[in-house]
Amino acid sequence: MVNYLIRRLLYALPILIGVNLVTFALFFVVNTPDDMARIHLGVKRVTPQAIAKWKEERGYDKPLLVNKTAPGTAKVTETIFFQKSVKLFAFNFGKADDGRDIAYEIKKRMGPSLAVALPVFLLGLLWTISFALMMVFFRSTYLDVWGVVLCVGMMSISSLFYIIGGQYLMSKLWNLVPISGFGDGPAALKFLILPILVGVISGMGAGVRWYRTIFLEEIGKEYVRTARAKGLSELRVLFKHVLQNAMIPILTGAVVVIPLLFMGSLITESFFGIPGLGSYTIEAISSQDFAVVRAMVFLGSVLYIIGLILTDLSYTLVDPRIRLE
Amino acid sequence: MMSLKPLLLWTDVLLGLLILGGLILAGFIRRRRHLRAPWQRVMQSKSGMVSLVILSFFLGIGLLDSIHFRPLVDSGKSGTKAYGVEVLSLLDLMIAPLRQRPEKTYSAPLATHLYAKETIELADGRQVRTFPRLVYGGAHLNKPEDEKAADVIRRVLAGLGLAVILWAIVAGVWLWYLSRRHQVGFQNWVMMVFRGRTPVPWNAALFTSLALLLAGVPAALMSVKYHLLGTDKVGQDVLYLALKSIRTGLVIGTLTTLVLLPLAVLFGIMAGYFRGWIDDLVQYIYTTFHSIPAVLLIAAAVLMTQVYMDTHPSLFETVNARADFRLLFLCLILGMTSWTGLCRLLRGEALKLREMEYIQAAQAFGVSDFRIIIRHILPNVMHIVLISMVMDFSGLVLAEAVLSYVGVGVDPSMISFGTMINSARMEMAREPMVWWSLAAAFSFMFLMVLSANLFADAVRDAFDPRIQTLSGKLNLFGRKIAKETEEDQK
Repeated sequence: MVNYLIRRLLYALPILIGVNLVTFALFFVVNTPDDMARIHLGVKRVTPQAIAKWKEERGYDKPLLVNKTAPGTAKVTETIFFQKSVKLFAFNFGKADDGRDIAYEIKKRMGPSLAVALPVFLLGLLWTISFALMMVFFRSTYLDVWGVVLCVGMMSISSLFYIIGGQYLMSKLWNLVPISGFGDGPAALKFLILPILVGVISGMGAGVRWYRTIFLEEIGKEYVRTARAKGLSELRVLFKHVLQNAMIPILTGAVVVIPLLFMGSLITESFFGIPGLGSYTIEAISSQDFAVVRAMVFLGSVLYIIGLILTDLSYTLVDPRIRLE
Repeated sequence: MMSLKPLLLWTDVLLGLLILGGLILAGFIRRRRHLRAPWQRVMQSKSGMVSLVILSFFLGIGLLDSIHFRPLVDSGKSGTKAYGVEVLSLLDLMIAPLRQRPEKTYSAPLATHLYAKETIELADGRQVRTFPRLVYGGAHLNKPEDEKAADVIRRVLAGLGLAVILWAIVAGVWLWYLSRRHQVGFQNWVMMVFRGRTPVPWNAALFTSLALLLAGVPAALMSVKYHLLGTDKVGQDVLYLALKSIRTGLVIGTLTTLVLLPLAVLFGIMAGYFRGWIDDLVQYIYTTFHSIPAVLLIAAAVLMTQVYMDTHPSLFETVNARADFRLLFLCLILGMTSWTGLCRLLRGEALKLREMEYIQAAQAFGVSDFRIIIRHILPNVMHIVLISMVMDFSGLVLAEAVLSYVGVGVDPSMISFGTMINSARMEMAREPMVWWSLAAAFSFMFLMVLSANLFADAVRDAFDPRIQTLSGKLNLFGRKIAKETEEDQK
């Protein structure tokens, strides 16, 4: 088990290096720091001095890969690649364009992101799985058919519609909750209800259909027939046997996203004004703050890889046949 | 007669090539019975037929909108011709009345007055603040308050009548043609079709086209004199915007797969077939790509294109060429982020196939690896490629809207569902609310995505051999392909 974990972590290293190289190529090679400076300072009529100053303030004035003028190891360390990309491995994200420390911002904004994303994830999982089980229980009846129709319809609606529609109904028409915003402690609850509700509903269509297929596949297997032949009730068969055996595909889809919950949701957070990492990213994108985008790309891939490892670990919990060697 | 200079945008060329390739493939499939069979099953499913009709309606509009040219603005005295910088499409010409009647700002659907108050000077010199009449919307009415309802009803009724007549003609000709082909008497054939006794549910197709005509013809008649879906902030007709958005959605949904397919097929099959270090390398590449959050990768890439376009303005002759370049690039980067899923599926399938006896036989006969892949592996994974292609389409159309909202979608000057929603969203807070832009964008998008989803289901049911051997009806809508298979969990 420990060996396995160490191997997986070592395997993650080349992937992170790859991610780093891709972002480095995108941010520094395709467009030079000069181009970026020009965009920030205005394309036309910008003096070389202004560009040089902009680059110096942000540490983009160093050579890309090799610094020929520096002595010793500084040949490698005093470069953009080392300063901006390699340092990410130590979770040293540097400063955003407005001078604020990115790592501090990330720490501060993880909480609000989680406050929305975690309930959406848990409630969504519970709701979609129960709905799917219900449809499987009533399979090949009108309830099932109309359930599927509802799911396909809900899948075809843009997630933006759920948000805008939810805000209109709940906040504007019925005045139940504030339209957007965030508070500390229990005060946040009234701001959180709507985003969570919208998140659960908008994920329902695809989720229910996916789980329904998994359950239908399991229900055709022989152990189900045996269980029925033993005289177990259909409900017991569903919850005790089918659900447990369907755990592996369920976990495959679900566990991998758990670490990514920290990143929050871009759209939800920016619509509802939640000061999480999602809205941080959106702000960075719209103000073209490449340092923040780069940090978020790296963080995202780290969390994804953690998710993959957690998925493997979770298999051992639900299926005793699986051992991680 | 307006003089025109044809203009090929990059996406037009690629879309044209895609259609051409599709037609050649269709001709190829038509002549082979085993390839034709699954397509016949698609045609035989009712939902498949209904969605096919609606999709071809969208496709038709998108294609009309993909033939671009620049109109001659003024042939100078010296004989040199000057072409406008404005790029128009065939669709723009056909719906010219919609395009050329800008109002000042917002107006509600079918309104005759503007949505915002203005100070108007009356004939006697007094000034009042009121809602002014629209320049074009309902301009033919003298007393809009009294005449509008009657006029609208008249147009709707005329439209409905015209639609039924049109439909009867088209349906009649089509049914007559089919009855000749099947060598059944016309009357018998009509009875068979309407009772649903034909193998292909022509009745579903006919009713769908009737519904489309019943909605479309009255809409067309009304939009000649009104702004059927209102106007937006700068006074553009919302129906025009919605129709123009269709092409953007189609381009993103189709061209992206053009980027994604070669990557996924090449890497996936090679990894599964050769195993060893190639497999390790391919797995490394797709895990790396997959681990980067897609939205962020797209955002980074689009920001970079934006920087590139801003620093090289001379490369783009017109605004449209610029927007088109960005659209093409968006397709490219969407393809780069979404090939991993299909690649993983194909790798798993190739791993399975290479252990099959007929492949081993081919290897024993000394057939080269390249030939084995082309002749034996590729045809046997094509159903997966096709299914994931049609399934991806709807997701990509939806993704465009979200990306444009984030600001990393299409160029702001390009008309798309995303830009429509984005600009309309600001007006949510207005009192009373401006809802028609949002409603139009969402309902057009919903119709397009829903029919794409239904069509994808029909294709999947027809092509996935596994599902047929299970229980045809029961698994009607389950999604399998879109998610990861079980091979890669191990």
